[in-house]
Amino acid sequence: MRTKLLLLGVALAAASPAAIAADPASDAQLQALDARIRALEADSQKLREQAAAALAAADAARAELEKMKATLQASQQATTQEAAQQAQATAAVAAVAAPADASAPNPGGANGNAFNPGIAVILNGNYAHHSLNPDNYQRAGFAIVDGGPIPQGLSLGESEISFAANIDDKFYGQLTLSYEDDHGGASTSIEEAYIDTLALPDGLSVRLGRFFSNIGYLNSHHTHTDNFVDRPLPYQAFLAGQYGDDGAQLRWVAPLDVFLEFGGELFRGENFPTAGANRGGVGTHTLFAHAGGDVGDENSWLAGASLLDAKTTQADDGFSGDHKLYIADATWKWAPNGNTKDGGVTLRSEYFLDQRDGTYSAPTGDAIDLASQPALDPLEDPALSQPWVGDRRGVYVEAVYRLNRSWDVGYRFDKLWAANTGPYASDFDPVRNSVELTWRNSEFSFFRLQYSHDDPTRTTTDNALFLQYDVSLGAHGAHKF
Amino acid sequence: MNKYTFALLLLCALVAPRAHALNVFACEPEWGSLLHELAGDAIQVDVGTSALQDVHVIEAKPSLIAKVRRADLIVCTGAELEVGWLPQLIRQSGNSKVASGPGYFLASDQITTLEKPAKLDRSEGDIHPGGNPHFQMDPYRILAIAKALDARLAELDPAKAATYKQRLDDFTARWQTAIKGWEAKAAPLKGRKVVVHHWSWIYLLTWLNMEQIGALEPKPGVPPTSSHLASLVDLTKASNALAILRAAYQDPKPGDWLSERTGVPAVTLPFTVGGDDKSKDLFGLFDSTIDKLLAVQK
Repeated sequence: MRTKLLLLGVALAAASPAAIAADPASDAQLQALDARIRALEADSQKLREQAAAALAAADAARAELEKMKATLQASQQATTQEAAQQAQATAAVAAVAAPADASAPNPGGANGNAFNPGIAVILNGNYAHHSLNPDNYQRAGFAIVDGGPIPQGLSLGESEISFAANIDDKFYGQLTLSYEDDHGGASTSIEEAYIDTLALPDGLSVRLGRFFSNIGYLNSHHTHTDNFVDRPLPYQAFLAGQYGDDGAQLRWVAPLDVFLEFGGELFRGENFPTAGANRGGVGTHTLFAHAGGDVGDENSWLAGASLLDAKTTQADDGFSGDHKLYIADATWKWAPNGNTKDGGVTLRSEYFLDQRDGTYSAPTGDAIDLASQPALDPLEDPALSQPWVGDRRGVYVEAVYRLNRSWDVGYRFDKLWAANTGPYASDFDPVRNSVELTWRNSEFSFFRLQYSHDDPTRTTTDNALFLQYDVSLGAHGAHKF
Repeated sequence: MNKYTFALLLLCALVAPRAHALNVFACEPEWGSLLHELAGDAIQVDVGTSALQDVHVIEAKPSLIAKVRRADLIVCTGAELEVGWLPQLIRQSGNSKVASGPGYFLASDQITTLEKPAKLDRSEGDIHPGGNPHFQMDPYRILAIAKALDARLAELDPAKAATYKQRLDDFTARWQTAIKGWEAKAAPLKGRKVVVHHWSWIYLLTWLNMEQIGALEPKPGVPPTSSHLASLVDLTKASNALAILRAAYQDPKPGDWLSERTGVPAVTLPFTVGGDDKSKDLFGLFDSTIDKLLAVQK
């Protein structure tokens, strides 16, 4: 133990002089470091001074530049101020003028598109609630052909797609395909496919192909532009909604202050109210005249008279023989400052006179709802026929009040006068009253609510409620008055 | 002179085309006024619409078909402004002279337009693929259109080309002087902010270095809604707006509503010739527009 302590003491004694001996050396190192730090400080001071000098130089240069700019501007302004302004104005006009090579055909023009046809799609659907089952619907004095009530419940209405464009400098073409849910049987059809001339002189134009006749007012209008969910009774009864066929039309617009057009059409005579393509496939002839104009800034009118003359064989209502349909139409629109989309009233009426001189034999096939056929026992055999000679008439009057760009309300009165003799003889005249309310979100979409009180026969009444949507997408449509 | 010669002369007098002044149909009043500047009584002008009508939604009414039927030239804005009615007028009139070619003049073809949409989607409202069509409020574009229109008149009616040229030079000189006057007068309006009813004023605002900060219509062509108007109250107040601008034909109610809640005046500008008493011609249109803006500038 003692030796161990001794050894420790010797070891300590040996270690401590070494530590003391190191002191002078570290002093020297510290001094060296101190010197280096001072040198670095001096360096950084120098650099700082150099940087400041550089900045000052840059400022000086900038000031010089500003001075030069000012001098330059002054010298520019010194040139004749008038000429400078003139040049500026000319440049401003040139800047907004179309480039010189813009003489290229303008995109758009009378179409939606340069070369592709303008494509427009109409989508349309209904909900209908009838108090009288549409399957049992009969109309006193008239056959139900195609133009019957809208089906009970939810249904797709007339939805269509149309393509239209100028074909070349002389022709315009349009094709409209439509889908219609025809009482359970869906059908896609070529609703219209026609060409119009663009280059005939003196207000003449010719239309060729399949198209809606220009008789009356509503007939040439597509149903999506109507003011009510369904067509008025005279259109349903006499034209199954709308008469279109394969044909040719000639129109002439007079060069007058008032609008005055005359025209005529030749049709194949295959679609209701005609059938059989008589007279060598030119079974239907029409004539029409329309006149219109303004009264002051706020009133516009359009009126017309039309005649459809057809030779028919076994039409869908069983008629064969000579058929004449006369239509008189009148429209009056009033709107504050002529802004018809923002307010005002539209009044419209059409009057129909339907003259038959021929025979009736019961229609075959499913073109006609059997329930709506007259109950005439001796005529159940289609081979037998009876005379059908006589007049029937129809009228509708509608008034639509536009509250603003979004809302309109309307009322329509329709009436048909049955014949007292003939196969559909009736001493009751069908009558209907309808009211509608339309909300438009834009010019491309609307929703419509309609209530109709319909007395189609003496003993039946149909209270119907409709909700309709109707939208158009694609090319911007341009509608007739 | 024997009786045959006389009869022949009489026949010639009857069938020879009578010296007939050019019939021009102008879709909007500003082009009617410009035609008057360029041709005076040398042509017969029919104007289809008035300053109190919304030209986006005119109907193809019979009186307009009759006017287009007699026209040798139609002068319209273009840029799809009249897309809902002009094509009907041309087709229904059966007038091949104005269906295409020299008889069909669109102002939008003569100039560059602003606000051409990058995306064509109707959920963005009633947008025009050809750009904003309300360029009649830029005097420089008016001048560019005047030059092109004058050339068109001379092309269709070469006999009066000298008259048209002389009237264009005269108009150009008066118009450039007027522009200088308007620009000097409107200097205090520079940098001022406005709320607009419809996107009708971009050309005027760009010219006068003013700024549009909002529109009463939530999207172009969509009528103002109360929720959208409410959202404009704070913005209008905060940005020290000069005015709420609308055209003579537009419904004053939405602008008045916002004006009442913000204290920013609603100003009805003529927008086209005939929009107010002072706007009897193009010069009056700009005089009145600038005066009405300066009146609220205090």
